[in-house]
Amino acid sequence: MWKFDKRAGDVLVWALVLTAPFWLPALGSYVELGTRVVIYALAAMALNFLLGYTGVLSFGHAAYFGLGAYGTALTIKYLCPSTPVGMLAGTVLGTAAAALIGPLIARLRGVYFAMCTIAFGQVFYFIAFQWRSLTGGDDGVSAWHRMPLDLGFTTIDILNNNKAFYYFCVLVLAASAAAMAYLLRSPFGRTLLAIRENERRARFLGIPVDRHIWMSWVISCFFVSVAGTLFTLMNDFVDPRAVRWDQSGNFVIMAVLGGMRSFWGPLIGAAIFLILQDYVSSHTENWMSFVGLFFVLIVLFFPRGVLGLIRRKSAS
Amino acid sequence: MTTLLLFNVVNGLIIGAFYALMALGLSLILNLSGVINFAHGGFLAIGGYLAYTLMPYLGYWGALLVSPFLVAFIGVAVERVLIRRLYGRDPLYSLLLTFGLAFMIEDGTRFIWGAQSLPFQIPSWLGAPLSASLFFLTGYRVFMMLLVASVVIGLFLILNRTRLGLRIRAGTLDLETVSVLGVNVRVLRNLNFGLGIYLAGLAGVLASGMLGLQPTVGDNLIMPSFIAIIVGGLGSLPGTLFGGVLIGVASGVTTVFLPSASEAVIYAIMAAVLIVRPRGLFGEEGRF
Repeated sequence: MWKFDKRAGDVLVWALVLTAPFWLPALGSYVELGTRVVIYALAAMALNFLLGYTGVLSFGHAAYFGLGAYGTALTIKYLCPSTPVGMLAGTVLGTAAAALIGPLIARLRGVYFAMCTIAFGQVFYFIAFQWRSLTGGDDGVSAWHRMPLDLGFTTIDILNNNKAFYYFCVLVLAASAAAMAYLLRSPFGRTLLAIRENERRARFLGIPVDRHIWMSWVISCFFVSVAGTLFTLMNDFVDPRAVRWDQSGNFVIMAVLGGMRSFWGPLIGAAIFLILQDYVSSHTENWMSFVGLFFVLIVLFFPRGVLGLIRRKSAS
Repeated sequence: MTTLLLFNVVNGLIIGAFYALMALGLSLILNLSGVINFAHGGFLAIGGYLAYTLMPYLGYWGALLVSPFLVAFIGVAVERVLIRRLYGRDPLYSLLLTFGLAFMIEDGTRFIWGAQSLPFQIPSWLGAPLSASLFFLTGYRVFMMLLVASVVIGLFLILNRTRLGLRIRAGTLDLETVSVLGVNVRVLRNLNFGLGIYLAGLAGVLASGMLGLQPTVGDNLIMPSFIAIIVGGLGSLPGTLFGGVLIGVASGVTTVFLPSASEAVIYAIMAAVLIVRPRGLFGEEGRF
């Protein structure tokens, strides 16, 4: 029964994602909201690779999201006006930073790991904020825009056609999701699950736990910086708020809200969170209070997330 | 040059004292309850704003005395209603909850007291420099340092000389045994939370006298406080105190030679500590 449900769920998710630009405007919304959901879903799924499947809590993923964003923006603005080159540069920047910081924190666990990821995340916020000559400080990197994709035989105008950009983001999400699903199904991914379930036993079996946590951390940060590159392309702009710690909290709450133990959970969490945020912030100036209240309510009443709840219902 | 150096060392000591005050509160809560209180900066802001509101009625000294206790009272209530439910669960949830609280407090203070910066009046004789040659050494700064020092000494006296302190220290090591020995652990954690928040409130009143009041006043202090705990070592309060003062002075001294690196040096110290001694300078082996 569950097997069928799962496949039906996959089909449903993809059907909704692929048709979104056509029914979103009809519901009084706009295509960009869909794009934002896809981008944040990728970030939250990347975080969940670490959080849900390796059992390690990072509260500093905004740093690598932001590095991806800044790398892309600066490359397109100053070095090479090409979308793929910018994305590549941003992803490399974010992943390299994660790979360097990884060994410092891979030995730590639990609350201590979370605290150190927060603190290291803040390093990049300060760099973005204070290196004014490069990053523009508080004003961010503006006066540039994404470039149409030149495939040689044809160009895809992701700059002016917002549906084309949406599908470009969906394509990146699909490729990333497939890669993550493949990794999780491989022996490497099973080892990560083993570490999550019982780290001590995994260690006894001779698994180099710290190295696996480092690798999972780098993979997770790689995908989150891909999401960051898309984020800056969507806005044609990036400022230090993309790197701030509240951004990391948003990723975590999306993963929790959707369901940490399920692959598509973060996508559903991102959709619910962003639609609510969009609604609340257009109705009141005090949307921060509502977002905060939302955090509190989820933790108190909804800790397993939407999919966790559905799964428990179907299991009983 | 010497004056400049001295100025920045003093400045660093004061900033370090703030970091330490914040970090000690965070550390108390973290050690006994395993909760990273993200809303600590929010409680700090409440402390400053409440003092601002109370000042016309009670004067500066009355506000300084009363406001931290009111904040601690709010903290105790928050622990009772919200945080208590999360003990024993994954630290993820308490982090998310206090994160949401931080949002709500920041927005709430902005709603009540407004987004613009409010001036915070300290008694004028405190604001005057002590001598002409040491112009930077205002009475307020000396007073702050003395007050923080005596509060910290008081805290350690409470922890080392009273029954409550004994229970808190014992609970940090092994809460279950403390509970089995007949101590009401729920009350203990509740009081301990209040104590930590009291320190945040006090830091808030003192900081607003120096930095003025904005809803985000706690934001700039909370990250260094995390780093103070990491550098000092989890589970060690003297370590936290040392870590706070160390990074404060280090960033003060760096300001003399390389002003743009004054933030960066804090993170460099943290990275160095994590490489050489992952448990922190005074941390216990294998605690986390």
